[in-house]
Amino acid sequence: MIKYIIKRTMIAIPVLIGITILDYAIMSLAGSPLEMMIGPKTTEAALEAKAIQLGLDKPFYVQYFVWLMNVLRGNLGYSIKSYQPVSQIIGSHLGPTLLLMGTSMLVGLAIAIPIGIYSAVHRYTKRDYTLVTISFFGTSIPSFFLSLIFIYLFTVKLGWLPSSGIKTAGGDEGVADLIWHLIMPVLILAISIAGSNIRYVRSAVLEILQKDYVRTAKSKGIGRFLTINKHALRNALIPIVTVIGMQIPMLFGGAVIIEQIFSWPGLGLITMNAITGRDYPVIMGVALLTAVVVLLANLITDIVYALVDPTIKY
Amino acid sequence: MKQNSEGLEYNNSTVKMVIGRFRKHKLAVASLYFLCFMTVLAILAPIISPYDPNKVSTSFSAPPSLAHWLGTDQIGRDMFSRLLYATRISLFVGFATTVISTVIGVVLGLIAGYFGGIVDIIIMRITDTIMSFPYILLVLVAAAIFGPGLWNIILILGFVDWPGAARLVRGNVLSLRETNFVKGNIVAGMPNRYILFSEILPNTIGPILVYATSVFAITILDEAALGFLGMGVQPPTASLGNILNGAESITILTSKFWLWVPAGVIIILLVLSINFVGDALRDAIDPSAKE
Amino acid sequence: MYNNEDNNGERKPLVVVSELKKYYPVKGLNIGKNTPVIHAVDGVNLEIYEGETLGIVGESGCGKSTIGRQIVALEKPTSGRVIYQGETLSDMPFGCLRKIRTHIQMVFQDSTSSLNPRKQVYDILAAPMLYHGIVEKEGLNAEVNRLLDLVGLPKSMKYRYPHEFSGGQRQRIGIAKALSVKPRLIVCDEPVSALDVSVQAQILNLLKQLQDELKLTYVFISHGLGAVRYVSSRIAIMYLGRIVEIADTQELFDDPIHPYTQALFDASPLPVPKLRGRQRIVLKGDIPSSVNIPSGCRFHTRCPYAIESCRINDPELISVEGSKGHKAACPVLMAQRSE
Repeated sequence: MIKYIIKRTMIAIPVLIGITILDYAIMSLAGSPLEMMIGPKTTEAALEAKAIQLGLDKPFYVQYFVWLMNVLRGNLGYSIKSYQPVSQIIGSHLGPTLLLMGTSMLVGLAIAIPIGIYSAVHRYTKRDYTLVTISFFGTSIPSFFLSLIFIYLFTVKLGWLPSSGIKTAGGDEGVADLIWHLIMPVLILAISIAGSNIRYVRSAVLEILQKDYVRTAKSKGIGRFLTINKHALRNALIPIVTVIGMQIPMLFGGAVIIEQIFSWPGLGLITMNAITGRDYPVIMGVALLTAVVVLLANLITDIVYALVDPTIKY
Repeated sequence: MKQNSEGLEYNNSTVKMVIGRFRKHKLAVASLYFLCFMTVLAILAPIISPYDPNKVSTSFSAPPSLAHWLGTDQIGRDMFSRLLYATRISLFVGFATTVISTVIGVVLGLIAGYFGGIVDIIIMRITDTIMSFPYILLVLVAAAIFGPGLWNIILILGFVDWPGAARLVRGNVLSLRETNFVKGNIVAGMPNRYILFSEILPNTIGPILVYATSVFAITILDEAALGFLGMGVQPPTASLGNILNGAESITILTSKFWLWVPAGVIIILLVLSINFVGDALRDAIDPSAKE
Repeated sequence: MYNNEDNNGERKPLVVVSELKKYYPVKGLNIGKNTPVIHAVDGVNLEIYEGETLGIVGESGCGKSTIGRQIVALEKPTSGRVIYQGETLSDMPFGCLRKIRTHIQMVFQDSTSSLNPRKQVYDILAAPMLYHGIVEKEGLNAEVNRLLDLVGLPKSMKYRYPHEFSGGQRQRIGIAKALSVKPRLIVCDEPVSALDVSVQAQILNLLKQLQDELKLTYVFISHGLGAVRYVSSRIAIMYLGRIVEIADTQELFDDPIHPYTQALFDASPLPVPKLRGRQRIVLKGDIPSSVNIPSGCRFHTRCPYAIESCRINDPELISVEGSKGHKAACPVLMAQRSE
C-alpha cells in the first residue's frame, strides 16, 4: 500500500513540475516585473540594480530555478498591486472559498446521490426519464444566468435574501448571518453540481445492478431493498468516490463566477481581480495552489479507490 | 486506402441503424430540429435580421414593440437583430472549438494509444497537466494574457478542451490494439496509417461523436461565461455572453428584462438541446449500454 | 507458384527458430527489486519444413501461442531468432518486414475479434490485396469471389458484416483473409478450440484441403491432441516454455518417450497401442509457475521417474537412436531404453 502511494506520488511530480514550467512560461510571457515598477522617480541605474537584485539578468532557466527554489521555500512572491505577500493574500481568502464550495458540494451530492440511485433502480420508467431530463437542466443553465434570476427573484422582488458579501455590513457577525448569505450562492452551485452528478451516480449504480452477482442476489428472492442496499450500493461506492474526487478541482476553480457575482471574498474573487489587474504573481500563486490541490485530490481518490476495491492491485 | 462503393453502402446501413434508434428519443429529435432551426437562423442572420445589429438608433432601452420585437439596448441597437448575430457567433465559437479540440485530441490519443512507450507517457503527462488546472481559471488567465477576442477565445478553448478526447481515444485504441483484427492486419503487413485510420478510428467514431457534443455544449456555456465576465468576444460584436454582461447593472436586471432574459433563454435552449442530442446519440451508437 | 521443392529429396527448412526466448514482465508494481518475469518461451529450437504441418501441443500457459506470435513477428523475442529463408525477422528494417510478412500469416482462435466488426467481408479481404498490389483494382472482385469459394463460402456473402456469420463461417473468413496475401506459412493458433465439435472437423478438413491445393505450410497450435494428430505431420510437445519431445506424428504416438508426453497421451481418450498394459502416468499437482521455473529438468516436480540428477541437470533434446528426427529431453528414460 505504501509502495502504491509512493508510486502515485512519483507520477504526480512530473505533472507538477510541468505545471510550474507552464506557470513560469506564462508569467514570463506576460512581461518583465520591472515594467510594473517603473515610476517617475526610478532611474536607469536603479532599474539595473533592481534587475540584478531580482536575478532578471540571468538566463530564463536560471530564473526558473530561482523561482522554483523560492516556491519550495514557501515564497510565492509579492502582489504587484498591493505589495502583500501572495501566500498571505491566498491564506486570507481560502477560508470563504472552502466554506462556499464545501457546502455547495455537500448539498449538491446530497441531492445527486439519492436521486441517481432512485433513477437507476427505477430505470427506463417515466420517473427515471423525468429525473434525468431535469438533471440536464442543471448542467445546461449557465450558473451566472441562474444567479441573475435568483437575485431578481429573491433579492429584488421578494427581498428575502442578500445578494452580496459574506456578512451584513455593520450588522451582527453570527452564524445565522453567514448562513443567510450562503443560501443563494450555495443553492446555485449545488444545482449545477447535482445536475452533472445525477447521471454519473445513475450510470454507476446501473452498471452494478446489471452485474451477475446482483441478479443472483435478486433471484435468491431476498427482496429488492436488501439487494440494493447490501449488494449494489457497496459496489457502487467505488465510482461514486471517483466522482467526488473529480469535483475537488471545482472547489477551487469553479467559484470564480459565483464569487464575482455575489462579491464573495474568496479565492475566485481575488483571482478575478488579479486577472483583470494583471497581477501575475497572485494568479500564478492561485494556479499553483489549485494544481497541488487537484493532484493531491487525485492521489487521495486513487488511494480511497484502492481501499474500497479489493481487486485493485498495487 | 481508396473507399469503394461497397464501403459506402456499409456506412449507409450503419447510419440507418443509428438513426433508427435515435428516433426513439422524442426529446432528442425535437432538440435536433430546434438546433437545425437555430443554425439556419444563424447562417441567414444577415438576411433575416430587420436591422444592422451594430446600428445605433435614438430609442434607448426601448421595451419590445412592433418595430423592435425584443426592444432595443442602452444605445438603441435592435435586440432581435443582435440576438440573431450573437447566436451566430456563439454557435460558430462552439463549432470551431469542438472541431479544433476534437482533431487535436483524436490525433494525440491515436498516437499515444497505438505507439505507446515514451510517446504515450509524454502525451499523457501533458494531458494530466492541462486537466489538473481548474478549467475556468486556465481559460481566464489565457484570455487575460492573449487578450480577449473571437479567434483567441476559439483557440484558447480549443487548446484547453482536447485532453478529454485524447484520453477517450487513447483508451479505445489501447483495447482495440489488442484485438485480433488489428493483429491480423499487422501480420498482413498493412501500414500503421491504414491500421490507425481505417481499422481503429472507425471503431471509435461513436464515442468521439458523443464526446464532441458535450464539448460543443460546454463551449457555448464557457463562451457565455467569458462574455459575461467581459473576457470573451468583445463588443460591438454581439455574443450571447456579452449581451448578458449588461445585466450586471441593477437597473437592467430589475426593470429591463428584455435586455438579458432572451439571451439567457437562448443559451439554455441551445445547450439543453445539444445535451439531449448527445445523450440520445450515446444510446443510439452503443445499444449495449442499455439493458 | 509455390515451386520451392528441393531436388535432392532432403527438405530444407522454411523457418528456423533458434534459441528463442520470450519473457514478459509480471504486471503490477515493483519498485527497487528486479521485476519478476514470466518465462513464456525459454530456449526453443525448431525447424519448420516446407509443406509440413507442425503441431505444437501443451497445456495452457506453456508458451505455445507465444512461439506463434514470434513466428509471425507480432512481438520481438527477448533473445534468439526466428529466421525465415535465411533472414532474421526481428532484425529486418520495417519496410522489408512489411513485404516479407505477407509470406507468414496467422489464423486466430477467437474468430469474433479477428474480424473488424465495422467492415464488410469484401473490405476485410480486399484491403491487404490492394495495398500489396496482389491484384489490380479491376480484378479485385473476382479475387474476393475466388477466396470465398476457396474457403467454401458463397460469394453472395461478401457484403455482409462479421456479426452476421456463425463462428465456423467467421473462421472461414479468417482463413480467407490469411490466404488473401498468398502466404507460404500459416500459423494456426488454436483455430478450432472455440468452435462446436461438429464444426471443428469441417474447419480441419478445409485446412487440409487448402494445404494440398496451395502447397501451404502450417504451424498448428492446440491443446487438443485429437485435432493436432489429425492435421499434423510432425508434433512438438511443450512444457513450461520448452520443447520436451518432437517427432513425426506416427512415431510420436507409437513410441512416446518423455514422461510428460506419456502423461498427456494417458490423459486423452485416443488409443496409443504402445502404452497399453503399462502403468498410466497421472500428473500430480499443478503446472509450476512460469515465473519461478523449477531447477534442473522443469518437469521433475511432477515426474514419477525423477531421480536426484533431474533436480540439478537441465536436459537437452537428444535424438532417439534409430529414429529419424525423433528427439526427447529425458536422459533418464532414454538411458533405460538403450539398456
